[in-house]
Amino acid sequence: MTQTFMLDGLAIPFEEGQTIMEAAIAAGHYIPHLCYHPDFTPYGSCKLCNVEVNGKICAACTFPAREGQTVVSESLERNSDRQRITQMLFVEGNHFCPSCEKSGNCQLQGVAYHLKMTDDHFNHQFPHREIDASHPDILIDFNRCIFCALCVRASQEEDGKDVFAISGRGINKRLIINSDSGQLRDSELTVNDRATHICPTGAIVIKHTAYQVPIGDRQYDHQSISEVSMEQDGNVS
Amino acid sequence: MNEFIAQLLEANGYRKTRLMAILRAIQATYFHIPKEAITLLSRLLGLPVSHIISVVDFYSFFHLTPRGQYDILFSDSITDHMLDKQNLMNYLSHQCQVGIGQVRKDGRVSLANTACTGMCDQGPAALINGYAVPRLDRPKIDLIAQLIEQGLPLTEWPEAIFQVDDMIWKTGLLLNSRLNAGESLLAADTRGFDATLNEIAQSKLRGRGGAGFKTALKWQMCASEPEQERFVVCNADEGEPGTFKDRVLLNRYADWLIEGMTLASLLIKSQQGFLYLRGEYLHLFEPLQAKLAERRRNGLLGENILGKGWSFDIEICLGAGSYICGEESALIESLEGRSGIARNRPPYPVTEGYLNKPTIVDNVETFIAAAHIAIQGGAWFAAQGTEQSSGTKILSICGDTPQPGIYEVPFGTPIASILEDCLAEDVLGVQVGGPSGTFISNREFDRRLAFEDLPSGGSFIIFNKQRNILEIVRNFTHFFADESCGFCTPCRVGTILLSEQIDKLYDGYGSVGDIVALQELGHLLKTNSHCGLGQTAANPMLNTLARYPEIYQSKIKFPHFGPGFNLDEALQAARKIAHRDDSEAHLSQSGD
Repeated sequence: MTQTFMLDGLAIPFEEGQTIMEAAIAAGHYIPHLCYHPDFTPYGSCKLCNVEVNGKICAACTFPAREGQTVVSESLERNSDRQRITQMLFVEGNHFCPSCEKSGNCQLQGVAYHLKMTDDHFNHQFPHREIDASHPDILIDFNRCIFCALCVRASQEEDGKDVFAISGRGINKRLIINSDSGQLRDSELTVNDRATHICPTGAIVIKHTAYQVPIGDRQYDHQSISEVSMEQDGNVS
Repeated sequence: MNEFIAQLLEANGYRKTRLMAILRAIQATYFHIPKEAITLLSRLLGLPVSHIISVVDFYSFFHLTPRGQYDILFSDSITDHMLDKQNLMNYLSHQCQVGIGQVRKDGRVSLANTACTGMCDQGPAALINGYAVPRLDRPKIDLIAQLIEQGLPLTEWPEAIFQVDDMIWKTGLLLNSRLNAGESLLAADTRGFDATLNEIAQSKLRGRGGAGFKTALKWQMCASEPEQERFVVCNADEGEPGTFKDRVLLNRYADWLIEGMTLASLLIKSQQGFLYLRGEYLHLFEPLQAKLAERRRNGLLGENILGKGWSFDIEICLGAGSYICGEESALIESLEGRSGIARNRPPYPVTEGYLNKPTIVDNVETFIAAAHIAIQGGAWFAAQGTEQSSGTKILSICGDTPQPGIYEVPFGTPIASILEDCLAEDVLGVQVGGPSGTFISNREFDRRLAFEDLPSGGSFIIFNKQRNILEIVRNFTHFFADESCGFCTPCRVGTILLSEQIDKLYDGYGSVGDIVALQELGHLLKTNSHCGLGQTAANPMLNTLARYPEIYQSKIKFPHFGPGFNLDEALQAARKIAHRDDSEAHLSQSGD
């Protein structure tokens, strides 16, 4: 017998062991997210996918689906909190969309569009962060890192390399590189690694490829992240 | 260094899980974790360099750049401030010729702030190379400065400098009891382990760390896991500002604690226990080791306990300055040699804890209570307290009272009666359960200490009418921002934004939208954060805003909107660069 839970009033079937996120995606329902990716172990840090499960707030990407659960995702309150969390991600780093080569292909920006975010609301932190351009093929702009750890997981779980780690604590969190010098060129990262291509923002970009597709013709310029996500995430598993 | 590290790793069995202990030893020897050490550890332990750096970077007692040979950390708890901490710290800074947050040029001494060190009954306090120095005053600071100039090793300093007192003002059910070593284990053997677990269930004992989970249920759940390798963990990481009762229990009743842990090992069938001791209690490490050794000698720990064929031992693991490690899953991460980041739950530690094996994590006081219940029975314990909160609670009372220290009171006791016990007068309010708990005003002293009303892990801070509410809130809010692990967005960014927002009001730049902004931010943190830290970080503000809206209102300087900072001050850098100081180079504050 198929088990189901209710998501925003709709019955969602699920298999034992699936998270709310996995079941929702399989049933064609988008729950906003940034640190979740179907190919990697759920992490649960960005909290965009927070949903109300029987009245309690849980991250949909890590919380197991259970028979009879009532899950609320598309409520005014959830989406307003999501917008605020997205604004927090914007103000803690240095995100200059108009001059960013990832603009239009950036999931952070895509989620912000989806949530109808029109300003940053909070005080900017303007942190001082470096750029690592030491690698011949890959550049890291730490200003754009949102600590989703997707590169950490992709490197460990798919590339078998362990190139990245999230270090520090609190607002001083930072992405670091596993090499004696701490620089990317001395790490094992290559342009073909999954970790190189997984960044949802413009923190890890591939050199010599910027602007091949003009702004205006990019992924989220014509399609909402909810649609793109359903096409991509839904096809993986 | 190669030889030092090789010996260190040898002594720790080349176990990755011992990373905290290994790093502590390196920090103590080299005053930081040198790059060469990280490279060596990486090679010899098979850990990525980045992993080791991330752990060093996470704990506030580990450093990538050298601290002074004498590293002084001043406790920044609100109670230290109430005891003139800031002036004393400035004095210390002057006497030792070292700036706050800095290392002296010659590398001799460094000075910085640290979160509450668990000495609130005998503050202002500091840690020197990790060792607690309570009751700081000017003569003591003069002496310390002199010893530092002489370069005398800490072991040769007068013992009085490190004298920590146990001040127990009121005893009750537990602290009036007696327990002969091994007695609870034999009682459990006679009664039967299942029946003993049942007695604990009858006692209705709930976790003493503050969350109040039913102890017997937790132990039963762990014991019923199919996996046979199980662990007993004692959470002795009491980091909630204002709490120090575990410090006294660990110093005076360590035997009872070890007995309680051993009892738990029999009931859940575990062979290995861990005592996670907060780094601030380094002074208790050797005495506790000695106590463990004594019990091993007496056949109460180790192989074949009491000749009954039971086997159980305990390893002590020291923290390194991180409040969040008091959260059970973050504590387990730390025990495994990682940064203290709370895990996603489920699974809970009872099913997947230490090394993903079934694990019970309980507070010091909980184990002690369990040991006594095993002897005296569940009814003895449940006879005191309320229906939902049985037994007594050991409180750490500090702040504005002439008698700061330990008080054991039955659950259900009204706050007014506790205040009478400790002779507090002219009270404005009480912070029950520490910054993450509840601030109650003097109109609520008929409320009771209980899980169903005012729960507390032990912290009980009294404020008299001379105290400034916003200063208290500011101290607590900054504490949470400093201690946020940074894993989840709402807490990582929200605690900083909240601190900025409180500072803005405190500094007199509040404008009309600020109170609504505070409430909204507080609600966001409470609702969306990953763990208890973020979920409670706004409590000090929300609690006091609900009780004293007029204090917050009085801080609103601008009726509409005004600049949130000092405009003229912000131009200082530009004036300096332009070598100008004429009247045209100054701005007046609009709205003034």
